[in-house]
Amino acid sequence: MTNQKTLTFVLMDAPFESSRTATAMRLVDIALGRGLNVNVFAYEGAVFLPFAPQKAHPNAVHGRDAEEEDHPLPREWVASLISKAARMGVAFDWVNCGLCVDERGAGEAIEGVRRGSPADLWAMASSSHNTLVIPTD
Amino acid sequence: MKVLNIVSAGYRATLEEQDDTVIWLTHVLKKAGAEIDVLLRGSASNYVIEGQAVTPLTVGERVQLHGPDVHGQTRGLAEEGVKIYVLEADLKSRGAYNSPRLQQAQLLSSDELPGLLSQYDQVWHW
Repeated sequence: MTNQKTLTFVLMDAPFESSRTATAMRLVDIALGRGLNVNVFAYEGAVFLPFAPQKAHPNAVHGRDAEEEDHPLPREWVASLISKAARMGVAFDWVNCGLCVDERGAGEAIEGVRRGSPADLWAMASSSHNTLVIPTD
Repeated sequence: MKVLNIVSAGYRATLEEQDDTVIWLTHVLKKAGAEIDVLLRGSASNYVIEGQAVTPLTVGERVQLHGPDVHGQTRGLAEEGVKIYVLEADLKSRGAYNSPRLQQAQLLSSDELPGLLSQYDQVWHW
């Protein structure tokens, strides 16, 4: 373990279903902003967070088209965290659980996300100062 | 590194996954050499109770064989050397305290919980 702190986050919620997703993204964002290396292991529905085909939509109730509505997309949050880590000069590793990806057909992830296994989770956690699991209900 | 996995959401998605996914993950990590134990609390405390069975799930004409066997999974972990802790109060509140249970399960009072947590480098609360 180096002197530079590393945190591992385990996420489980599928996108657009829980406020925990936004909370998790904010925690990761803050950690990166403080110069920490961050690992994310996406388990179960969370493998859809960086799913590339996510698409913003208009909102007739708000009276706004897709551009005006600016609907948040978790894949954009993940991409933004990847670029923030690069800008901050810290490591950021997002691993999607491979079996979870396969059973959900969630293979189309954005660039910078890699496929892995529980062995990656153990390696991430072992090299981290601590691990935070953000479980689903 | 020693990790304690705390499982509290019992039977979550077990029909779809044919497993408790955290217990499954613990099996995989243990087989890979991880030092890892399990604390069952809340509805997951029922995993140590014997005599559970799931009939095949049928949806339309699709019959799903191999239902989840969470007790068997938990017993398997214990047989692999994983310590299984259960909160005594959770068993009592569910009326399961006197039911036949996994022999290796170690009952824990709430007062003993901080001492247990302090024995681990990381605590993962699922």
